[in-house]
Amino acid sequence: MGTFIFRRVLVAMSVALTISIVSFMLLHLSGDLATSIAGPEATAEQVEQIRIDYGLDQPIVNQYLDWLGGALTFDFGHSYYYQSTVVDLIVDRMPITLTLGGVALALAVSISIPLGVLAALKRDTWVDRLALLFAVVGQAMPSFWFGLTLIVVFAVTLQWLPAAGSDGWQHFVLPAIALGYYATPAMMRLTRTGMLEVLESDYIRTARAKGLRTGAVIFKHALRNAIIPVVALAAVELGFMLGGSVVIESVFSLNGLGQLAWDAISRNDYPVVQAVVLIIALFYIVLTLLADVANAALDPRIRTR
Amino acid sequence: MSRLEVNNLLEVNNLLEVNNLRVDLPVEAGTLHAVRGIDFHVERGEMLCLVGESGCGKSMTSLALMGLLPRKARLTADRLQFDGIDLTTLPERRRSDLRGARMSMIFQEPMTALNPAYTLGNQLCEGLIRHRGVSRREARDRALYLLERVGISAAKDRLEQYPHQLSGGLRQRVMIAMALMCEPDLIIADEPTTALDVTIQAQILRLLRELQQEFGTAVIFITHDLGVVARIADRVAVMYAGEMIESAPTPALYANPAHPYTRGLLSCIPAPGKTPPGSRLQAIPGVVPSLVGSVEGCAFRNRCPQAQPACERTPPLMSLPGDHRARCHYADRPVPAPLQPEMSS
Ligand SMILES: Nc1ncnc2c1ncn2[C@@H]1O[C@H](COP(=O)(O)OP(=O)(O)O)[C@@H](O)[C@H]1O
Ligand code: SF4
Ligand SMILES: [Mg+2]
Repeated sequence: MGTFIFRRVLVAMSVALTISIVSFMLLHLSGDLATSIAGPEATAEQVEQIRIDYGLDQPIVNQYLDWLGGALTFDFGHSYYYQSTVVDLIVDRMPITLTLGGVALALAVSISIPLGVLAALKRDTWVDRLALLFAVVGQAMPSFWFGLTLIVVFAVTLQWLPAAGSDGWQHFVLPAIALGYYATPAMMRLTRTGMLEVLESDYIRTARAKGLRTGAVIFKHALRNAIIPVVALAAVELGFMLGGSVVIESVFSLNGLGQLAWDAISRNDYPVVQAVVLIIALFYIVLTLLADVANAALDPRIRTR
Repeated sequence: MSRLEVNNLLEVNNLLEVNNLRVDLPVEAGTLHAVRGIDFHVERGEMLCLVGESGCGKSMTSLALMGLLPRKARLTADRLQFDGIDLTTLPERRRSDLRGARMSMIFQEPMTALNPAYTLGNQLCEGLIRHRGVSRREARDRALYLLERVGISAAKDRLEQYPHQLSGGLRQRVMIAMALMCEPDLIIADEPTTALDVTIQAQILRLLRELQQEFGTAVIFITHDLGVVARIADRVAVMYAGEMIESAPTPALYANPAHPYTRGLLSCIPAPGKTPPGSRLQAIPGVVPSLVGSVEGCAFRNRCPQAQPACERTPPLMSLPGDHRARCHYADRPVPAPLQPEMSS
């Protein structure tokens, strides 16, 4: 298990490095950064001045190594737009996105797993069909549209919850529902198919042959095995939700990382863009790593080889 | 006193009584009659061997006894009684009180019959804890004793191991220990050695026989092999196409097989030591009739070397001397001599 994790961490670190190189190159090769920073009204001299001030006249490899040297000591430079370091901005915004993602995931897990189990147990009945409908709608509906619907119904019409802002827990309810619903269908379907498969297996027949109670057969013997791939998926889904929160954060005016990334892109705030891309990539990597570790922890066939 | 209660008193010595047991399965082509009205019984502490070709309904019969039939399967029986308890009307909750406690089962595939996510100790103990309410400690002690009893070395360490860490033969030994945990009255072993290699087969077989005699547990041993395997049993029952076509005490069946199918099976058995291990037995020519829909007349007719015009009528189950029964018109008398030689003489 120890070497397993060590190997996975090494792989994860090289993936992170590669992503940072690629995103840096894409950003710098997508056009002349100095011109877009200076804006349309700037003179040629001003553009040249900016090029020198921002170090954009240096060879791109040097620029990257500079950036990487800073990044390794958590110094991502200054924002071009805010009067603040990139690190301060991220530290400021991150809790909002993490809270949103965490609550959304908790919501998605606590709905999709019971629903998936129920659909499998009530296979081909109206319960199963209803669950399927719930999943199809979730997959088909764009999350911004669902978010707007929630605002119209619960914030504007019923006035139960606030529509925008991030001051208290109430502000997270609607966005978490919007984001969580987005992750529910895939997890529910995976739980359902996993349960159906496991319930047909020989060891479930053995468990029943022992006279175990239905609850023990379903939860101890079936769900325990069906859930293994769902746990891995949940980690990946959390990654998607952190990415997907760009949309939800702007719909609900939550000042999280997603909003920060969006603003930075539209304002040519490149240091912020580069840092946020790296952070999101790191999240993905850590989450897939966690998924692998969780998989190994849950499956003795991987754990004890 | 109702008729059923009288019956209970009369039959109280038989552990299992089965009359006219049927199992039907809906399939695309219609209804598959997997078990077509079979009768048999199991005495306390005896070993009954249930023999038949693959697909003749042996597993469906055992699952019917355990109450583990596939959900879509339909079971009917004039009588299905375990120790005087009517299993056809027993609610599922009460049924599960019997399963694992008074009747347990060993399956064909040891590689998939154990849950990969739990230790052997956990899986061995849970049945005893469920049925007897004993502590985890007591259950572990019993599991340890039985693991040693079924010939597993370093039993203490095995308790902490997972199924994938054991070979097929060892897993089947674990399954046997598991089946014995609650000291059941009946163990149904559905081809427990078929998936194992030949030397292991013999070991497992011997072990089962030993334990059966030591603990006085009745065993229904299911196999498709009328060779060595069936010989260890007290009685043998032969199934063909969902029917029970012959049953007799083992010596009688081998000495005087009454049904042409049984005779065919016996003639297929090679003399001991004459065939290389793993070689396939020569089968009786012909194919088993489809189990979908009804079978007219004797089900073996299309393969029977002595079929007669009379065989177009369904043969009754004939009683022969010495608890011997066979479903053949000619079980108790010679087949009429063919007309042809008489005319030419
Ligand atoms: N789940 C099922 N659905 C439909 N038919 C089945 C099912 N299981 C078994 N059968 C059919 O029932 C018959 C008896 O099967 P089975 O009892 O497993 O035979 P055996 O154990 O003697 O090999 C076979 O014809 C088989 O194809
Ligand atoms: S009843 Fe006829 S066909 Fe059937 S086994 Fe007997 S002799 Fe053969
Ligand atoms: Mg079978």
